[in-house]
Amino acid sequence: MDWQAFEVSMSLALLTCLSLLPIGLAIAYLLAKSRFVGRGFIEAIITLPLVLPPTVLGYFLLVGMDNNSFLGGLFVSLTGQSLAFSFAGLWFASIIYSLPFAVQPMLRSLENIEPEIREAAWCSGLSKWKTFFKIELPLAWPGIITAMVLSFSHTLGEFGVVLMIGGNIAGETRTLSIAIYDSVLAFDHQQAQSMSLILLAIALVTITIVYTFNRKQSRVAVL
Amino acid sequence: MLQVILQQTRPTTLNVDLNCEKGEVLALVGPSGAGKSSVLRCIAGLQSAQKGMISCKGKTWFDSEARINQTPQQRRVGMVFQHYALFPHLTVMENIKLALDIDKDLHHQHGEQLLDKVNLSGLEQRYPHQLSGGQQQRVAIARALARQPEVLLLDEPFSAVDKVTRRKLYMELNTLRRQLDMPVILVTHDLDEAAMLADNLCVIHQGSTLQQGRPEQVLFKPDNVAIARQVDARNVFTGQLVEHENSLKLKWYDNLIDVVDTTNFSVGDNIHWTLSPSKVLLHQRVRQSRGEHENPLVGTISEMVSLRGITTLILNVEHTQEKHLQMDLPEHVAIRNQLKIGETISVSLLADAIHLMQE
Repeated sequence: MDWQAFEVSMSLALLTCLSLLPIGLAIAYLLAKSRFVGRGFIEAIITLPLVLPPTVLGYFLLVGMDNNSFLGGLFVSLTGQSLAFSFAGLWFASIIYSLPFAVQPMLRSLENIEPEIREAAWCSGLSKWKTFFKIELPLAWPGIITAMVLSFSHTLGEFGVVLMIGGNIAGETRTLSIAIYDSVLAFDHQQAQSMSLILLAIALVTITIVYTFNRKQSRVAVL
Repeated sequence: MLQVILQQTRPTTLNVDLNCEKGEVLALVGPSGAGKSSVLRCIAGLQSAQKGMISCKGKTWFDSEARINQTPQQRRVGMVFQHYALFPHLTVMENIKLALDIDKDLHHQHGEQLLDKVNLSGLEQRYPHQLSGGQQQRVAIARALARQPEVLLLDEPFSAVDKVTRRKLYMELNTLRRQLDMPVILVTHDLDEAAMLADNLCVIHQGSTLQQGRPEQVLFKPDNVAIARQVDARNVFTGQLVEHENSLKLKWYDNLIDVVDTTNFSVGDNIHWTLSPSKVLLHQRVRQSRGEHENPLVGTISEMVSLRGITTLILNVEHTQEKHLQMDLPEHVAIRNQLKIGETISVSLLADAIHLMQE
C-alpha cells in the first residue's frame, strides 16, 4: 500500500472539493438566476470535461501551464516554481476537470427552488443575502452535498489528466490511481488490489451518499 | 390609501388606475392572463412598469418620472402567493418568525398571537408539507401579516383549496379583514368570490382597468358592453330609445319597455341594455299581483337548471328573436308554479333594474 500516494490523493480531492464549493456555487447561482445570450455556450464549456478525452483536456491544461504561457508565467513569477508537474498544477487541473460534477447538481437544485419562494422571502423583508443564506442555501443543500461528494470522488479517481500534467512524482503528483497503474506494471498485484479496493469502497460510499441526498432533494422539491 | 397608476406597452400591456382605502378590500377581477397578477407584482415591487406611480400611506414606492423604485424589502407589503410559497424547510413558527420585524425577544410571543389570529394555535412545530391546503393558506396570511404591512396583497388565495375548505376560508377571511386597517387587494377570477369578500371591484381586461366601484354597481350597472361581458352579465341585449307619451322608452323589438334611468341618453340612441336575472319577476299563475303591469312579457321556457335552491330559466320571449332571456327564481317558486320546459309563462322586467349602456 502506497500511503504517500493515498495522502496525495486525499489532500488533492479534499482541496479540490473545498475549492469547488464557492467556485461551483457562484457559477451555478449566476446560471440559475440569469438568462443571457451565450448561457448555453457557458454551460457547454463547463460540461466539456465530462465528454472530452482526459488526454485532450490534459494536453490543453499542460499547454496552459507552460512557463511561457500567461498562467504558467504568472505562477512562476509569484512562486518561483513551475505550475506543470507540481501539486498546485494538479490542484488547478482538478478544479477544471471536476467543475461539471460540482456545478451541475448545484445548478439543478437551485433551479428547483420555485421563484415564488425567493419572492416570498423578499416580501417578508429578507435581503438578497439573507434570502440566499436562510432560504436558498438550505433548500439547495442536498444538491451542494451531492456536488461536493461527486467532485471529491471524481478527483480521487482521475487518471488521464493527472498523468498528463502531473506525471508521476512521489509525494507530489503520484496519486492512488497512478500508483495502482505503477503496481500493475511492476506485477505487484497485491498492492494494486488493496489500493483498488480502497478506491472502490470510497466510490461506493460516496455514490450511496449521493443517492440518499438526491432522494431527500426530490422530497423537498415536491413539497 | 393605496394609489396605483401603471402604464406599460411591453412585454404585456398595462393601463391601470386604481385606488384602495385603508380597511377596504378591493377585488381585482378578470379572466386568466388579464394582467391581475402583474398589477399585484408591481405593487409588491417584484416587477416594474415602464411608467406610473404607486404610493401608499403618503409614501411613494414607485414613480417613473422621479426615478423612484423601492425594492420589495423597502415597501411594507404582505403578500399571499397563489400557492402560498411557504418555506418548506422551516416550521410554521419559523416561517412567521422570519418575517417578523420586531425585537427578537418578542418573536415567539408575537408569532403565537398571529397564529391565534388565523386559528392555527398548536401547529407551530409542523412543517408546511404536514399541513392541509387551508392550513397552509392561514400560515401564508399570518406570515404576510407578520411584517405589519401597509398593504395586504392576496393573489388568488383560494384557487389551491377544495370547494368545502374554500367556503370555510371565505368566512375566516371575512372575520379577519374586519381586524385589519390596511388596504387589501384580492386578485381573483371568481366573480362570486369577489362580490362576497370585496367592498369594491375593479375589472381588468388585457392589462387595462375598465371600471372600479361597488360590487352591485360593477356587476349590474357596468359602464359599457365590454365590462358587461367581463363580469359575465347574463342578459345583454340591444335596443333603441324612443319617445312615447312624453317619456323615453326602450324599444326592444315590438315591446316598449319602461326604463327609470335614462340620464346621458336621448331619443333615437341605439343602445345596449342589461338586466340581472334576479330582476325578472315571474307572474304567479294562482293569483295576480299589481306588479304584473310593469314591463310584462310572455315567453316559453327553453331550459331550466336548479343549483343550491336557485332555479335558472332561459326564455324564448314572444315577438322577439331573443332566445336567451335568463331569470333566476327560488327553487320552491318554480316547484309551486309547476314550471316545466316548453311551458309558456309571463314575466315582468323591473324598470329600475334595467341598465342602459352606450353602443
